[in-house]
Amino acid sequence: MSKMHVKMTVNGKEVEGLAEPRTLLIHFLRENLNITGPHIGCETSHCGACTVDLDGKSVKSCTVFVAQAQGKELTTVEGLVNEDGSLGVLQEMFREHHGLQCGFCTPGMITRAHRLLQENPTPTEEEIRFGMAGNICRCTGYQNIVKSIAAAADTLNAQKEAAE
Amino acid sequence: MIPAGFEYHRPSDIASAVSILQEHGDEARVIAGGHSLIPMMKLRMADMGHLIDLQDIDALKGIEIGSDAVTIGAMVTQHELITHEGLSNAVPLIKEAALLIADPQVRYMGTVGGNVANGDPGNDMPGLMQCLNATFELSGPDGVRAVAAREFYEAAYFTARDDEEILTRITIPVPASGTGYAYEKQKRKIGDYATAAAAVMIGGGTASVAMTNLADTPIWSDPAGAALAAGDVDGCVSAMMGAIDPVADNRGPIEFKKHVAAVILRRAIDRAQSRAR
Repeated sequence: MSKMHVKMTVNGKEVEGLAEPRTLLIHFLRENLNITGPHIGCETSHCGACTVDLDGKSVKSCTVFVAQAQGKELTTVEGLVNEDGSLGVLQEMFREHHGLQCGFCTPGMITRAHRLLQENPTPTEEEIRFGMAGNICRCTGYQNIVKSIAAAADTLNAQKEAAE
Repeated sequence: MIPAGFEYHRPSDIASAVSILQEHGDEARVIAGGHSLIPMMKLRMADMGHLIDLQDIDALKGIEIGSDAVTIGAMVTQHELITHEGLSNAVPLIKEAALLIADPQVRYMGTVGGNVANGDPGNDMPGLMQCLNATFELSGPDGVRAVAAREFYEAAYFTARDDEEILTRITIPVPASGTGYAYEKQKRKIGDYATAAAAVMIGGGTASVAMTNLADTPIWSDPAGAALAAGDVDGCVSAMMGAIDPVADNRGPIEFKKHVAAVILRRAIDRAQSRAR
Protein backbone atom coordinates (compact mmCIF):
# COMPACT_ATOMS: atom_id res chain seq x y z
CA MET A 1 0.00 0.00 0.00
CA SER A 2 1.29 3.40 -0.87
CA LYS A 3 2.11 5.95 1.77
CA MET A 4 0.23 9.19 2.18
CA HIS A 5 1.51 12.59 3.14
CA VAL A 6 0.15 13.25 6.62
CA LYS A 7 -0.14 16.73 8.09
CA MET A 8 -1.55 17.66 11.46
CA THR A 9 -1.02 20.03 14.36
CA VAL A 10 0.37 18.43 17.49
CA ASN A 11 0.80 20.43 20.68
CA GLY A 12 0.52 23.65 18.70
CA LYS A 13 3.14 22.73 16.10
CA GLU A 14 2.45 21.75 12.51
CA VAL A 15 3.96 18.35 11.83
CA GLU A 16 4.08 16.11 8.80
CA GLY A 17 5.25 12.70 7.75
CA LEU A 18 4.74 9.80 5.37
CA ALA A 19 2.64 6.90 6.54
CA GLU A 20 0.37 4.19 5.22
CA PRO A 21 -3.30 5.00 5.80
CA ARG A 22 -3.56 1.92 8.04
CA THR A 23 -1.00 3.32 10.47
CA LEU A 24 -2.66 3.78 13.82
CA LEU A 25 -2.47 7.32 15.16
CA ILE A 26 -0.68 6.07 18.29
CA HIS A 27 2.08 4.54 16.17
CA PHE A 28 2.40 7.68 14.06
CA LEU A 29 2.78 9.79 17.20
CA ARG A 30 5.26 7.47 18.85
CA GLU A 31 7.28 6.22 15.90
CA ASN A 32 7.17 9.00 13.29
CA LEU A 33 7.02 11.99 15.62
CA ASN A 34 8.83 10.55 18.68
CA ILE A 35 6.00 11.72 20.93
CA THR A 36 6.24 8.76 23.29
CA GLY A 37 4.10 9.93 26.22
CA PRO A 38 0.93 8.24 24.93
CA HIS A 39 1.26 4.50 25.50
CA ILE A 40 -0.19 1.22 24.26
CA GLY A 41 -1.72 -1.01 26.91
CA CYS A 42 -4.10 -3.21 24.92
CA GLU A 43 -5.32 -4.14 21.48
CA THR A 44 -9.05 -3.97 22.21
CA SER A 45 -9.58 -0.23 22.83
CA HIS A 46 -10.23 -0.63 26.54
CA CYS A 47 -7.29 0.74 28.49
CA GLY A 48 -7.08 4.37 27.35
CA ALA A 49 -3.29 4.62 27.82
CA CYS A 50 -3.12 6.01 24.27
CA THR A 51 -5.64 8.81 24.96
CA VAL A 52 -4.95 12.11 23.19
CA ASP A 53 -7.08 15.19 22.64
CA LEU A 54 -8.21 15.29 19.02
CA ASP A 55 -10.13 18.39 17.90
CA GLY A 56 -11.42 18.89 21.44
CA LYS A 57 -12.36 15.28 22.09
CA SER A 58 -10.69 12.63 24.21
CA VAL A 59 -9.80 9.90 21.77
CA LYS A 60 -8.04 6.56 22.06
CA SER A 61 -5.34 6.99 19.42
CA CYS A 62 -5.00 3.22 19.01
CA THR A 63 -8.47 3.25 17.44
CA VAL A 64 -7.95 5.99 14.86
CA PHE A 65 -6.11 5.53 11.58
CA VAL A 66 -3.64 8.26 10.80
CA ALA A 67 -5.63 8.89 7.61
CA GLN A 68 -8.68 9.82 9.70
CA ALA A 69 -6.65 12.32 11.71
CA GLN A 70 -5.33 14.10 8.63
CA GLY A 71 -5.53 17.87 9.12
CA LYS A 72 -6.66 17.73 12.74
CA GLU A 73 -5.40 19.32 15.95
CA LEU A 74 -3.96 17.12 18.66
CA THR A 75 -2.80 17.61 22.20
CA THR A 76 -0.80 14.98 24.08
CA VAL A 77 0.47 15.00 27.64
CA GLU A 78 3.64 16.68 26.34
CA GLY A 79 1.49 19.66 25.35
CA LEU A 80 -0.04 20.08 28.79
CA VAL A 81 3.00 21.64 30.42
CA ASN A 82 3.03 25.37 31.16
CA GLU A 83 4.59 27.74 28.65
CA ASP A 84 7.82 27.92 30.69
CA GLY A 85 8.11 24.12 30.61
CA SER A 86 7.02 23.62 34.23
CA LEU A 87 4.31 21.10 35.10
CA GLY A 88 0.74 21.97 34.23
CA VAL A 89 -1.84 22.00 37.01
CA LEU A 90 -3.07 18.43 36.41
CA GLN A 91 0.49 17.15 36.20
CA GLU A 92 1.42 18.95 39.42
CA MET A 93 -1.63 17.58 41.23
CA PHE A 94 -0.97 13.99 40.11
CA ARG A 95 2.50 14.43 41.65
CA GLU A 96 1.27 16.04 44.84
CA HIS A 97 -1.55 13.53 45.47
CA HIS A 98 0.41 10.46 44.40
CA GLY A 99 -1.87 9.80 41.42
CA LEU A 100 0.68 7.58 39.68
CA GLN A 101 3.08 4.79 40.40
CA CYS A 102 4.50 3.06 37.30
CA GLY A 103 3.36 6.01 35.21
CA PHE A 104 2.24 4.01 32.20
CA CYS A 105 -1.43 5.08 32.32
CA THR A 106 -0.59 8.60 33.47
CA PRO A 107 -0.26 10.39 30.10
CA GLY A 108 -3.64 9.02 29.02
CA MET A 109 -5.18 9.76 32.42
CA ILE A 110 -3.98 13.35 32.44
CA THR A 111 -4.98 14.00 28.84
CA ARG A 112 -8.45 12.60 29.50
CA ALA A 113 -8.76 14.55 32.77
CA HIS A 114 -7.81 17.72 30.87
CA ARG A 115 -10.85 17.33 28.59
CA LEU A 116 -13.12 16.23 31.47
CA LEU A 117 -12.34 19.44 33.37
CA GLN A 118 -12.98 21.54 30.26
CA GLU A 119 -16.45 20.05 30.01
CA ASN A 120 -17.19 19.84 33.71
CA PRO A 121 -15.02 22.25 35.74
CA THR A 122 -16.61 21.24 39.06
CA PRO A 123 -17.09 17.47 38.93
CA THR A 124 -18.26 15.40 41.89
CA GLU A 125 -16.26 12.32 42.87
CA GLU A 126 -18.82 10.17 41.07
CA GLU A 127 -18.56 12.31 37.94
CA ILE A 128 -14.77 12.03 38.00
CA ARG A 129 -14.92 8.26 38.30
CA PHE A 130 -17.50 7.96 35.51
CA GLY A 131 -15.68 10.52 33.36
CA MET A 132 -12.41 8.60 33.71
CA ALA A 133 -13.94 5.17 33.14
CA GLY A 134 -12.25 4.74 29.76
CA ASN A 135 -8.82 4.74 31.43
CA ILE A 136 -7.50 1.69 33.27
CA CYS A 137 -4.80 1.84 35.95
CA ARG A 138 -3.08 -1.23 37.38
CA CYS A 139 -1.19 0.51 40.21
CA THR A 140 -3.10 3.17 42.07
CA GLY A 141 -6.56 1.73 42.75
CA TYR A 142 -7.84 5.04 41.31
CA GLN A 143 -8.43 6.72 44.70
CA ASN A 144 -5.49 9.09 44.39
CA ILE A 145 -6.22 9.75 40.75
CA VAL A 146 -9.66 10.97 41.79
CA LYS A 147 -8.05 13.17 44.47
CA SER A 148 -5.53 14.54 41.95
CA ILE A 149 -8.25 15.52 39.49
CA ALA A 150 -10.47 17.04 42.19
CA ALA A 151 -7.49 19.07 43.44
CA ALA A 152 -6.67 20.17 39.90
CA ALA A 153 -10.28 21.31 39.45
CA ASP A 154 -10.09 23.37 42.67
CA THR A 155 -6.78 24.93 41.63
CA LEU A 156 -7.97 25.76 38.13
CA ASN A 157 -11.21 27.28 39.45
CA ALA A 158 -9.28 29.37 41.98
CA GLN A 159 -6.95 30.57 39.22
CA LYS A 160 -9.92 31.47 37.05
CA GLU A 161 -11.56 33.40 39.87
CA ALA A 162 -8.35 35.27 40.64
CA ALA A 163 -8.02 36.24 36.98
CA GLU A 164 -11.53 37.70 36.84
CA MET B 1 -2.92 -4.88 16.87
CA ILE B 2 -1.72 -4.36 13.29
CA PRO B 3 -4.44 -4.09 10.62
CA ALA B 4 -3.90 -5.06 7.00
CA GLY B 5 -3.34 -2.33 4.43
CA PHE B 6 -6.12 -0.59 2.53
CA GLU B 7 -6.75 2.30 0.16
CA TYR B 8 -8.36 5.23 1.97
CA HIS B 9 -11.21 7.35 0.61
CA ARG B 10 -12.82 10.41 2.15
CA PRO B 11 -15.79 11.44 -0.02
CA SER B 12 -17.78 14.57 0.81
CA ASP B 13 -21.24 13.43 -0.26
CA ILE B 14 -23.38 10.32 -0.02
CA ALA B 15 -23.50 9.72 -3.79
CA SER B 16 -19.70 9.56 -4.03
CA ALA B 17 -19.52 7.19 -1.08
CA VAL B 18 -22.13 4.91 -2.65
CA SER B 19 -20.32 4.91 -5.98
CA ILE B 20 -17.03 3.88 -4.31
CA LEU B 21 -18.95 1.08 -2.57
CA GLN B 22 -20.38 0.02 -5.92
CA GLU B 23 -17.03 0.15 -7.67
CA HIS B 24 -15.22 -2.07 -5.17
CA GLY B 25 -18.06 -4.35 -4.01
CA ASP B 26 -17.08 -6.72 -1.20
CA GLU B 27 -13.64 -5.14 -1.05
CA ALA B 28 -14.96 -1.86 0.37
CA ARG B 29 -16.40 -0.89 3.74
CA VAL B 30 -17.50 2.43 5.18
CA ILE B 31 -15.91 3.65 8.38
CA ALA B 32 -17.84 5.89 10.77
CA GLY B 33 -16.43 6.26 14.30
CA GLY B 34 -14.29 3.20 13.72
CA HIS B 35 -14.75 1.83 17.22
CA SER B 36 -16.11 -1.56 16.16
CA LEU B 37 -14.47 -1.80 12.73
CA ILE B 38 -10.90 -0.82 13.66
CA PRO B 39 -10.76 -3.27 16.60
CA MET B 40 -11.91 -6.04 14.21
CA MET B 41 -9.32 -4.95 11.64
CA LYS B 42 -6.60 -4.96 14.30
CA LEU B 43 -7.47 -8.57 15.07
CA ARG B 44 -7.57 -9.32 11.32
CA MET B 45 -11.16 -10.44 11.67
CA ALA B 46 -12.09 -7.77 9.12
CA ASP B 47 -9.93 -7.09 6.10
CA MET B 48 -10.84 -4.86 3.16
CA GLY B 49 -9.04 -3.26 0.26
CA HIS B 50 -10.88 0.04 0.47
CA LEU B 51 -12.00 2.05 3.46
CA ILE B 52 -14.52 4.83 2.88
CA ASP B 53 -14.40 7.42 5.66
CA LEU B 54 -17.77 9.17 6.10
CA GLN B 55 -16.53 12.00 8.35
CA ASP B 56 -16.69 14.75 5.69
CA ILE B 57 -20.30 14.07 4.65
CA ASP B 58 -22.43 16.82 6.18
CA ALA B 59 -25.71 15.12 5.20
CA LEU B 60 -24.88 12.40 7.76
CA LYS B 61 -24.63 14.87 10.63
CA GLY B 62 -27.02 16.80 12.81
CA ILE B 63 -30.04 16.22 15.01
CA GLU B 64 -33.40 17.69 14.01
CA ILE B 65 -36.16 17.95 16.57
CA GLY B 66 -39.65 18.05 15.05
CA SER B 67 -42.95 18.02 16.90
CA ASP B 68 -43.81 14.46 15.80
CA ALA B 69 -40.39 12.98 15.10
CA VAL B 70 -36.70 13.54 15.58
CA THR B 71 -34.20 12.65 12.91
CA ILE B 72 -30.60 11.88 13.70
CA GLY B 73 -27.79 11.72 11.17
CA ALA B 74 -25.95 8.41 11.11
CA MET B 75 -22.62 10.09 11.95
CA VAL B 76 -23.95 11.73 15.12
CA THR B 77 -21.74 10.50 17.96
CA GLN B 78 -22.87 9.04 21.27
CA HIS B 79 -21.34 12.11 22.92
CA GLU B 80 -23.57 14.37 20.82
CA LEU B 81 -26.65 12.27 21.67
CA ILE B 82 -25.89 12.76 25.36
CA THR B 83 -25.16 16.49 25.23
CA HIS B 84 -27.95 17.57 22.83
CA GLU B 85 -30.50 19.29 25.03
CA GLY B 86 -33.39 19.19 22.57
CA LEU B 87 -32.98 15.47 22.08
CA SER B 88 -32.80 14.83 25.82
CA ASN B 89 -36.13 16.62 26.20
CA ALA B 90 -37.86 15.01 23.22
CA VAL B 91 -36.65 11.41 23.68
CA PRO B 92 -34.89 11.15 27.06
CA LEU B 93 -34.52 7.37 26.73
CA ILE B 94 -31.71 7.89 24.19
CA LYS B 95 -29.45 9.77 26.59
CA GLU B 96 -30.10 7.26 29.35
CA ALA B 97 -29.03 4.40 27.09
CA ALA B 98 -26.08 6.23 25.50
CA LEU B 99 -24.57 6.84 28.94
CA LEU B 100 -24.48 3.06 29.41
CA ILE B 101 -22.56 2.52 26.17
CA ALA B 102 -18.78 2.08 26.25
CA ASP B 103 -16.73 4.88 27.88
CA PRO B 104 -16.12 8.61 27.31
CA GLN B 105 -13.44 8.22 24.64
CA VAL B 106 -15.45 5.69 22.66
CA ARG B 107 -18.56 7.90 22.92
CA TYR B 108 -16.72 10.85 21.35
CA MET B 109 -16.06 8.74 18.26
CA GLY B 110 -18.67 5.98 18.05
CA THR B 111 -21.73 6.98 16.05
CA VAL B 112 -25.39 6.09 16.35
CA GLY B 113 -25.43 4.88 12.73
CA GLY B 114 -22.44 2.63 13.28
CA ASN B 115 -24.02 1.25 16.41
CA VAL B 116 -27.28 0.32 14.69
CA ALA B 117 -25.74 -0.82 11.38
CA ASN B 118 -22.96 -2.93 12.95
CA GLY B 119 -25.28 -5.90 13.50
CA ASP B 120 -23.56 -7.08 16.68
CA PRO B 121 -26.29 -8.23 19.10
CA GLY B 122 -24.16 -6.74 21.90
CA ASN B 123 -24.81 -3.19 20.70
CA ASP B 124 -27.39 -1.33 22.80
CA MET B 125 -28.93 1.04 20.26
CA PRO B 126 -30.62 -1.62 18.09
CA GLY B 127 -32.97 -2.82 20.85
CA LEU B 128 -33.51 0.78 21.89
CA MET B 129 -34.46 1.75 18.34
CA GLN B 130 -36.89 -1.16 18.16
CA CYS B 131 -38.48 -0.08 21.43
CA LEU B 132 -38.82 3.47 20.05
CA ASN B 133 -40.11 2.17 16.70
CA ALA B 134 -37.40 4.01 14.79
CA THR B 135 -36.97 3.90 11.02
CA PHE B 136 -33.58 3.66 9.30
CA GLU B 137 -32.98 5.48 6.00
CA LEU B 138 -30.69 3.64 3.59
CA SER B 139 -29.08 5.23 0.52
CA GLY B 140 -27.86 3.04 -2.31
CA PRO B 141 -27.37 3.04 -6.08
CA ASP B 142 -31.14 2.82 -6.60
CA GLY B 143 -31.98 5.70 -4.30
CA VAL B 144 -33.28 5.94 -0.79
CA ARG B 145 -35.44 3.49 1.12
CA ALA B 146 -36.65 3.21 4.69
CA VAL B 147 -36.59 0.10 6.85
CA ALA B 148 -38.20 -0.18 10.28
CA ALA B 149 -35.72 -0.97 13.07
CA ARG B 150 -38.08 -3.81 13.99
CA GLU B 151 -37.50 -5.34 10.51
CA PHE B 152 -33.81 -4.55 10.17
CA TYR B 153 -32.02 -7.32 12.09
CA GLU B 154 -31.79 -10.79 10.57
CA ALA B 155 -28.98 -12.53 12.46
CA ALA B 156 -25.67 -11.66 14.07
CA TYR B 157 -23.94 -9.22 11.68
CA PHE B 158 -26.70 -9.72 9.10
CA THR B 159 -29.11 -6.85 8.53
CA ALA B 160 -31.50 -5.64 5.85
CA ARG B 161 -28.81 -3.26 4.55
CA ASP B 162 -27.37 -4.25 1.18
CA ASP B 163 -23.59 -4.14 0.69
CA GLU B 164 -23.91 -1.13 -1.61
CA GLU B 165 -26.09 0.85 0.79
CA ILE B 166 -25.19 3.31 3.54
CA LEU B 167 -27.38 3.86 6.59
CA THR B 168 -27.82 7.62 6.47
CA ARG B 169 -30.45 8.82 8.95
CA ILE B 170 -32.63 7.55 11.77
CA THR B 171 -36.16 8.82 12.36
CA ILE B 172 -37.74 8.35 15.76
CA PRO B 173 -41.36 9.19 16.62
CA VAL B 174 -41.49 11.57 19.61
CA PRO B 175 -43.21 9.72 22.46
CA ALA B 176 -46.38 11.33 23.84
CA SER B 177 -45.72 13.60 26.80
CA GLY B 178 -45.91 11.71 30.07
CA THR B 179 -44.58 8.50 28.53
CA GLY B 180 -42.51 6.55 31.07
CA TYR B 181 -39.22 5.13 29.88
CA ALA B 182 -36.19 3.20 31.10
CA TYR B 183 -33.08 1.53 29.75
CA GLU B 184 -31.75 -0.95 32.28
CA LYS B 185 -28.48 -2.77 31.61
CA GLN B 186 -26.69 -5.48 33.55
CA LYS B 187 -23.00 -5.56 32.71
CA ARG B 188 -19.80 -6.85 34.27
CA LYS B 189 -18.04 -3.50 34.15
CA ILE B 190 -17.91 -0.17 32.34
CA GLY B 191 -17.69 -0.62 28.61
CA ASP B 192 -18.95 -4.20 28.57
CA TYR B 193 -21.73 -5.36 26.32
CA ALA B 194 -24.85 -6.32 28.28
CA THR B 195 -25.35 -9.60 30.05
CA ALA B 196 -28.96 -8.48 29.62
CA ALA B 197 -30.53 -5.09 28.93
CA ALA B 198 -34.11 -3.90 28.54
CA ALA B 199 -35.68 -0.86 26.90
CA VAL B 200 -39.21 -0.07 28.07
CA MET B 201 -41.69 2.67 27.20
CA ILE B 202 -45.13 2.88 28.74
CA GLY B 203 -47.93 5.43 28.67
CA GLY B 204 -51.20 6.47 27.07
CA GLY B 205 -52.48 2.89 27.03
CA THR B 206 -49.53 1.62 24.99
CA ALA B 207 -46.22 -0.01 25.83
CA SER B 208 -43.15 -1.18 23.95
CA VAL B 209 -40.47 -3.56 25.20
CA ALA B 210 -37.18 -4.68 23.66
CA MET B 211 -34.15 -6.52 25.00
CA THR B 212 -30.45 -6.53 24.12
CA ASN B 213 -27.84 -9.31 23.75
CA LEU B 214 -30.18 -12.17 24.56
CA ALA B 215 -30.39 -13.62 21.05
CA ASP B 216 -28.48 -13.19 17.79
CA THR B 217 -30.55 -10.04 17.15
CA PRO B 218 -32.24 -7.53 19.45
CA ILE B 219 -35.66 -8.78 20.52
CA TRP B 220 -38.76 -6.61 20.35
CA SER B 221 -41.82 -8.50 21.51
CA ASP B 222 -45.27 -7.39 20.45
CA PRO B 223 -47.06 -9.69 22.98
CA ALA B 224 -44.78 -8.46 25.79
CA GLY B 225 -45.69 -4.86 24.96
CA ALA B 226 -49.39 -5.68 24.70
CA ALA B 227 -49.37 -7.40 28.09
CA LEU B 228 -47.59 -4.45 29.69
CA ALA B 229 -50.00 -1.98 28.10
CA ALA B 230 -52.81 -3.96 29.73
CA GLY B 231 -51.08 -3.71 33.11
CA ASP B 232 -49.98 -7.35 33.16
CA VAL B 233 -46.32 -7.21 34.21
CA ASP B 234 -46.00 -10.95 34.76
CA GLY B 235 -47.50 -11.58 31.33
CA CYS B 236 -45.04 -9.11 29.79
CA VAL B 237 -42.05 -10.81 31.43
CA SER B 238 -43.22 -14.28 30.48
CA ALA B 239 -43.86 -13.26 26.85
CA MET B 240 -40.36 -11.78 26.66
CA MET B 241 -38.78 -14.84 28.28
CA GLY B 242 -40.41 -16.90 25.55
CA ALA B 243 -38.96 -14.66 22.85
CA ILE B 244 -35.30 -14.49 23.92
CA ASP B 245 -32.75 -17.15 23.07
CA PRO B 246 -29.45 -16.43 24.84
CA VAL B 247 -26.25 -18.41 24.36
CA ALA B 248 -23.65 -19.25 27.00
CA ASP B 249 -20.44 -17.23 27.03
CA ASN B 250 -18.12 -15.52 29.53
CA ARG B 251 -21.11 -13.55 30.81
CA GLY B 252 -22.73 -16.75 32.05
CA PRO B 253 -24.68 -19.87 31.16
CA ILE B 254 -28.10 -19.77 29.52
CA GLU B 255 -30.05 -20.29 32.77
CA PHE B 256 -28.25 -17.38 34.40
CA LYS B 257 -28.87 -15.08 31.44
CA LYS B 258 -32.59 -15.90 31.47
CA HIS B 259 -32.71 -15.17 35.19
CA VAL B 260 -30.88 -11.87 34.76
CA ALA B 261 -33.07 -10.96 31.79
CA ALA B 262 -36.23 -11.29 33.89
CA VAL B 263 -34.73 -9.27 36.75
CA ILE B 264 -33.54 -6.51 34.44
CA LEU B 265 -36.84 -6.35 32.58
CA ARG B 266 -38.78 -6.01 35.84
CA ARG B 267 -36.45 -3.23 36.99
CA ALA B 268 -36.89 -1.41 33.68
CA ILE B 269 -40.67 -1.76 33.91
CA ASP B 270 -40.69 -0.46 37.50
CA ARG B 271 -38.65 2.56 36.58
CA ALA B 272 -40.65 3.27 33.40
CA GLN B 273 -43.92 3.01 35.36
CA SER B 274 -42.61 5.35 38.04
CA ARG B 275 -41.83 7.94 35.36
CA ALA B 276 -45.14 7.60 33.46
CA ARG B 277 -47.69 10.33 34.10
